[in-house]
Amino acid sequence: MTALGATTPAPVAQSTPMGSCLHCGTPSAERFCCAGCEAAHALVRGLGLDAFYRRATAAAGALRPDPTPPVPLAPYATAAPDGAWQLDLMLAGLSCGACVWLVEQALAAEPDVVRARAALTTRRLSLAWRGPCERAEDFAQLLARLGFRAVPFSPPCIAAADDAETRAITRALGIAAFGAMNVMLVSVAVWVGTDMGEATRAAMHWLAALIGLPTIAVAGLPFYRKAWASVRARRANMDVAISIAVLATAAMSLSEALRNGPYTWFDGATSLLALLLAGRLLDRTARARAGRSVAELLALQQASVRRLAADGTLHEGPADSLAVGERLLLAAGERLPLDAVVESDSALFDVSALTGESLPQPIARGMPVGAGAVNMGAATVVRVARATRDGSLAAMARMLEAATEARGRFAGIADAASRIYVPAVLFVSLATFALWWLLVGADWREALVPAVAALIITCPCGLAIAVPAVQAVSVGAMFRRGLLVTSATALERIATCDHVVLDKTGTLTEGRPQLLPGAWTDQQLREAAGLAQASRHPLARALAAACPDAPAALSAIELPGRGIIAGEARLGSAAFAGGIAEAGDGTAICYAAPGMAPVRFAFADTLRADAAATIEALRRLGLSVELLSGDQPPAVAAIADALGIADWTAAATPEAKAARVLALQRQGRRVLMVGDGINDAPALALAQAGAAPESGTDLARTTADVVLRRGGLAGLVETIRLARRAQMLARQNIAFSLGYNVLAVPLAIAGLVTPLIAAMVMASSSLAVTLNALRAGRAR
Amino acid sequence: MNALVLLVPLALLLGLLGLAGFLWALRTRQYEDLDGAASRILFDDDETRHTKERNT
Repeated sequence: MTALGATTPAPVAQSTPMGSCLHCGTPSAERFCCAGCEAAHALVRGLGLDAFYRRATAAAGALRPDPTPPVPLAPYATAAPDGAWQLDLMLAGLSCGACVWLVEQALAAEPDVVRARAALTTRRLSLAWRGPCERAEDFAQLLARLGFRAVPFSPPCIAAADDAETRAITRALGIAAFGAMNVMLVSVAVWVGTDMGEATRAAMHWLAALIGLPTIAVAGLPFYRKAWASVRARRANMDVAISIAVLATAAMSLSEALRNGPYTWFDGATSLLALLLAGRLLDRTARARAGRSVAELLALQQASVRRLAADGTLHEGPADSLAVGERLLLAAGERLPLDAVVESDSALFDVSALTGESLPQPIARGMPVGAGAVNMGAATVVRVARATRDGSLAAMARMLEAATEARGRFAGIADAASRIYVPAVLFVSLATFALWWLLVGADWREALVPAVAALIITCPCGLAIAVPAVQAVSVGAMFRRGLLVTSATALERIATCDHVVLDKTGTLTEGRPQLLPGAWTDQQLREAAGLAQASRHPLARALAAACPDAPAALSAIELPGRGIIAGEARLGSAAFAGGIAEAGDGTAICYAAPGMAPVRFAFADTLRADAAATIEALRRLGLSVELLSGDQPPAVAAIADALGIADWTAAATPEAKAARVLALQRQGRRVLMVGDGINDAPALALAQAGAAPESGTDLARTTADVVLRRGGLAGLVETIRLARRAQMLARQNIAFSLGYNVLAVPLAIAGLVTPLIAAMVMASSSLAVTLNALRAGRAR
Repeated sequence: MNALVLLVPLALLLGLLGLAGFLWALRTRQYEDLDGAASRILFDDDETRHTKERNT
């Protein structure tokens, strides 16, 4: 049950001309694309669940079993009062209804499982079972063999899935829609019932009030709360305008009901609320989807650690549970989750996430290593220097929170518009009231009607939907292109950026070692790559990745810290394989086999394939480009030269990066920072907008406004294009709504507007801006 | 007018029933996994294997 998940998929020998893999559906000449898929298919058939393949609609390749071994899950299980164990998991790869069915059925077939329920939207699997807690590992293995990677449902996932505010808005929308439809029932009777008697009309007015007033009181709460917060901060935003319009309309309608006027306006107030809440909900759900994807990425990277007890035994568990002074065993290629001191004699760490340096750094015994460094050497023992919550990562996260909060105060185009709009509308309304009351000499209650009509017909509706509608459509379109936007104001901030600051390591470059050309033959590469598949060492993995179809050397044995041996063939350090040691051997491995001279495979962090094209495209979009790296000057100069970037800084500390971004912004530049490391996080938070590639560190991804999940750096250009298009459409929508007002206000002041006209104006302007917003999703 | 005295409260009552149903569905989190619910309706063999499932 264990071996299958851990080995790299190898091609299967038997061959039938099927066209695509029977399990995951990727094009393949064989029946299966890899051994993992073959095993998964056998397992599904063995469980009698082959109906899955008739239903599966997942994208080709989505179900291919991931060779990464499952993380230990037992420590995350909690005991329920009835004696069962409960566990919430995030399932990567859960992408269609048939997957939900397969997972639930496969787990239900286990005799001790009490409950297994998967949710497709959140990829959350709730599992409960009786018996030993350790059964969690068996379930994880079962899921891994089926092609789903299970990780604990982490706090960010829970935060993204259980969104109280979205539920509050949905509830308000339900109430507002109910109220609006029922008030309309009464109102239409009043509009068309010209021969209606006085008493009947009064009854109708009071009936409308009976439905309308509670609806306005309850469904409007999301707006009133925000408006109140904004008033206390002495700022006017759209919520203030909406609240004033809705509450004034309710008050005027009540006064009309009291004096039995021709019309009440409860219908306008309630449908205004319903339309606006629908807009808000769409906007939120579009962004919630992106937020969930970011949380999933974080959960997948959440590492568990192996604690080395005093008696030499190993215990796996979450990193938060570690105390200062405890010892950890860090395997090759593993990322250090907290600050520690090296206990092994020598260690090699990739600290590029901390400093930007692309070459691995040797670290001697007793020297400290910061959280986020990756072990590039053999398995290393480290002692915990600071617990997770007061380590360098936590301190950085706290600092970033403050910086990100400042960004939350960014005043968008809608705020700017409402700053002019709210006072203007209030003035027009008061002037109308004064005009009718003082000049025309109407009763004050009669004068109230045109004044409030002016308030409601100036379409806070069109104006309030103008920007959220564009946002919802754009964020959805970007999500489909693999660009995850999580912040509400991100698009506007990105659209107005005029200067791009790029990090080097991991952003412009791949961020992991790539095989360089050398004096070896293809056959030697194939053999060496076959050996390399047996190891998790970063260089061995890079070698295996350079020749993915190499057959695995079955007899390969890894000698930790030295290399891999298979019969007479050896792969490892120069000393181990008998090669010639050269300078910079931290980034090379040697391969030796009988009857040939040892060959040397050298690795380096290379430029992303689309880096040059992206820089060119950014320039064409009118942005200036700057390179800001923590790496050594020669490496940075080489990259800057290759890409034609004249403006570059090397050996920049995280503080220096942040200071540079601040200095640029003080000069009036609007900076878009792109970076992936922990050392980029302060700069990402301080810049007007930040973007991080998917391969970035957790901290960079949570700080950035956009995570480029697909499309590499080219996604950055796409993001800017779509953000600018969204900005243009938002401006058009606002201009349109304001133009509508200019036409409608004179009618309202003249007292010619009836609730019917107001409803038509409101609905048509909302429809127009929504239709215009739909254009944001179209490419180019 | 007599008809209205009966029909208007009746219409409101039915509407309120619908609203109560919506609020109940929201409270019991039936809107949390719309994508899943859409495909779940097509699973036709719940009774065979899910008999021991309990919703807690």
